[in-house]
Amino acid sequence: MSQVDRLRGSAPGKRHNARTVAALTGNPGCTRRAVLDAAGIDKVRLAERIGFPGAFGQSRFALARGNAFEAMLKADDCALLRSTLGAYVGGYEDLGADEDDTLSARHARTRSMLNDGAEGLLDHPLLTLEVAGQTVFLEPDLIAYQNGSQLQVVEIKSFAILDGQADGTAVSAAAVQAAVYVLALRRMLGDDRVSHEVVLVCPENFSLQPVAVVLDVRKQLSTLRRQLSRLASVSSLISSLPDDVSFDLAQPVPALLSSLDTLTARYAPECLSTCEMSVYCRHEAGGRTAALGRPVRDALGGLETVDEVLALASGAREPDPAQAEAAALLRAAQRLRDEAL
Amino acid sequence: MSTLVALARAHALAAGRAQPIATVRHLHVHDRPLVLIPLAMAGEANAPLAALLGDDVSRPRLLVVGQPRNRDERFAFTADLADAVVPYLESFAGATEAVPVDRGRDVRHRFVDAPQVWVPNPGGADFLRLLGRSTRFRRVDGDHPVPPSVPRLGQWLTFLASSAEVPGSSLLVNAVQALGSHWATGQSAAEDAHFGSLFAWITDGARAAQEAENGPVAGPATDPAFDNEVLAPLIASPSPAMAGVLRDLLTPTWERMWKSIALLRELPVGARVGLRWDSDRDAYSAFVEHLTEDGTPQPRRDGAVAAAARLQRLENAAARYAVQRAFDDPLVMADHRLTGAAFGAEVTLAKADRIDDSGKRPVLRPRIMVTTTETVRVEPGASLTSPARPSQKAKVISVTPGPAGTDVLLELSGGMGRKLVAEPGSVPAVGERLLLTTLSEAYRPGAAFPDPAETPWTHGGPPPHREDLPVA
Repeated sequence: MSQVDRLRGSAPGKRHNARTVAALTGNPGCTRRAVLDAAGIDKVRLAERIGFPGAFGQSRFALARGNAFEAMLKADDCALLRSTLGAYVGGYEDLGADEDDTLSARHARTRSMLNDGAEGLLDHPLLTLEVAGQTVFLEPDLIAYQNGSQLQVVEIKSFAILDGQADGTAVSAAAVQAAVYVLALRRMLGDDRVSHEVVLVCPENFSLQPVAVVLDVRKQLSTLRRQLSRLASVSSLISSLPDDVSFDLAQPVPALLSSLDTLTARYAPECLSTCEMSVYCRHEAGGRTAALGRPVRDALGGLETVDEVLALASGAREPDPAQAEAAALLRAAQRLRDEAL
Repeated sequence: MSTLVALARAHALAAGRAQPIATVRHLHVHDRPLVLIPLAMAGEANAPLAALLGDDVSRPRLLVVGQPRNRDERFAFTADLADAVVPYLESFAGATEAVPVDRGRDVRHRFVDAPQVWVPNPGGADFLRLLGRSTRFRRVDGDHPVPPSVPRLGQWLTFLASSAEVPGSSLLVNAVQALGSHWATGQSAAEDAHFGSLFAWITDGARAAQEAENGPVAGPATDPAFDNEVLAPLIASPSPAMAGVLRDLLTPTWERMWKSIALLRELPVGARVGLRWDSDRDAYSAFVEHLTEDGTPQPRRDGAVAAAARLQRLENAAARYAVQRAFDDPLVMADHRLTGAAFGAEVTLAKADRIDDSGKRPVLRPRIMVTTTETVRVEPGASLTSPARPSQKAKVISVTPGPAGTDVLLELSGGMGRKLVAEPGSVPAVGERLLLTTLSEAYRPGAAFPDPAETPWTHGGPPPHREDLPVA
């Protein structure tokens, strides 16, 4: 039994997807998330088990609309998708639904089809990417679009583009996810075979009429590359963990909590919208300036805890030489605040 | 994030309760505001689900889209919303007052009051903006005609949403921003976006805030769990009875909205809030005039010249709002003192009758010396003002740091009357405490922009003539 399997216990492993890779690079310093994801631990259930559930559901209305939009595009041999992408003919190959036992077969088929270089659309390919020393399978809901010598990633999203503008967070999330696919494709086929421009297909205005826009993901790609290389090798981290660390959900809660304690988290308020463990990490980070957000922490001179901040501001504590500047600023702020109130 | 606000957040966390970051109220609170809580259908671009609204806390009116899957029902909802909102918005277009313009050579008229709409959060304001976008071009004739009130509502919502982008405007207020600019909580800004939680920090403290986090949402997005467990089974039936669950969902937010308004109303109002409400009334009057005279809907996107002019108006408004807040509120000014853009000082020397006769005519230019122990980050030649004497300029002649503090020599001009002898009290006397700042309330003239027909090629050239402009 490998170390990773022992960490996970009896439960089946959760697989990475573009969203989790993107989230991982969003907070690359967080060991807790890196290890839990690498070991394929079901974070939703883990958070529920220890009593800190998060709200990470998706509305079935949103799902239904997303699926309806995609089905509409792909109906009749992708007629609508083709006309959205521009005058384009070629084959359409669907590599099939995601099932665990066909992983390597699908990956092999994906590789051979893409190496062929025939023009056409490829649906549900299976890609691999090295993340922190582990090979993860990506099952993008994407279409690779072979056009001439270059391959383009097509991402279908159901958020609307209104008068040429769309919600910024939704677009940047889509761009990072597409960048993950571009990176995975480039590692397979070589950099010059895959375009850094991805095509985003969204409904236009208030209708279901699709519109295609081209996004340049070079910036996201370089961020992704840098942060993936910076991710500490999780394998060596996992092997350095004590033997009794396990996240088998069958264990009692105190054992799970002490296991979690061995993994350092780097909590920031942004985690709340991306990580299933965030409610627990926030609880753990109580009283630290980081929990108030990066801008607050920076404005408070980068001090670690709120108690420290208040002690220095009131002059109840003498600052270390390294804190002298921050302490002077805080004392001045406290004096001005007292004077104004 | 300024250090003072960050420090207030640290205090709030330690005390378990929100801490004030303003000593006066910086927005106009209407006597008869309209509270509007929109709720959207997940998944679609700006599909309304319900709205709870009214100008009386005891009489909330709930509007529901009967069957959200039916588009006709949505338009019926928009018509109902128009009938509920537009009469309120237009009810202030009555009594007018005369305002002198062009140095008193002419007058113009503006309405003595204007509407004020409250939504819970920035998302609510955004929802109204998009609802305005989706309804203002609807046609009252043709294939899918709508009642004339629908495009009218669209124009009003577009007007409100675009005025909400003007810093310091109070025509469309979102409660999260209004509360957040007066109190700091012991949580992050991302968590403050939850209206219930922010409100609980201010009224009941940290523990209540944590409970409120799991409570009903303030819209416009619904909770996925609510969608899946409550709404979906209801919608599956042919004639869903949703009014009950939606009323239960929205009522806590309704009550918090009115309590927030009351909470803000209790604060003493800032001296310059009235000036900004005057600008709001100007904008309202101009828009009512546009509706009665021309009535074309706002364009999808501004042309190059209009966009540049609008950007400049927004920049000026932002600068004006920042200065006015600081002049109204010592706690906001403290921020500028901390960064060195303002300092408190004591007058040590004053020569009130100094005359500068080096020019063609002698002019009154008193000099004063002030001393301060605070950080002074001004250079000789800089122009300072004091909130106590906003029309008087103080030019920095010299800055001399010393062991007991910094001495700053200032030359005064303006605000002392027209004679060569200063009016009594207009020149600070020895011993007086002064606050001096580089912030200035001075009028910023607008830049000259070309006529839209002369838009330079760098900006896309003149816009094509739009024959197909939809008519409301």
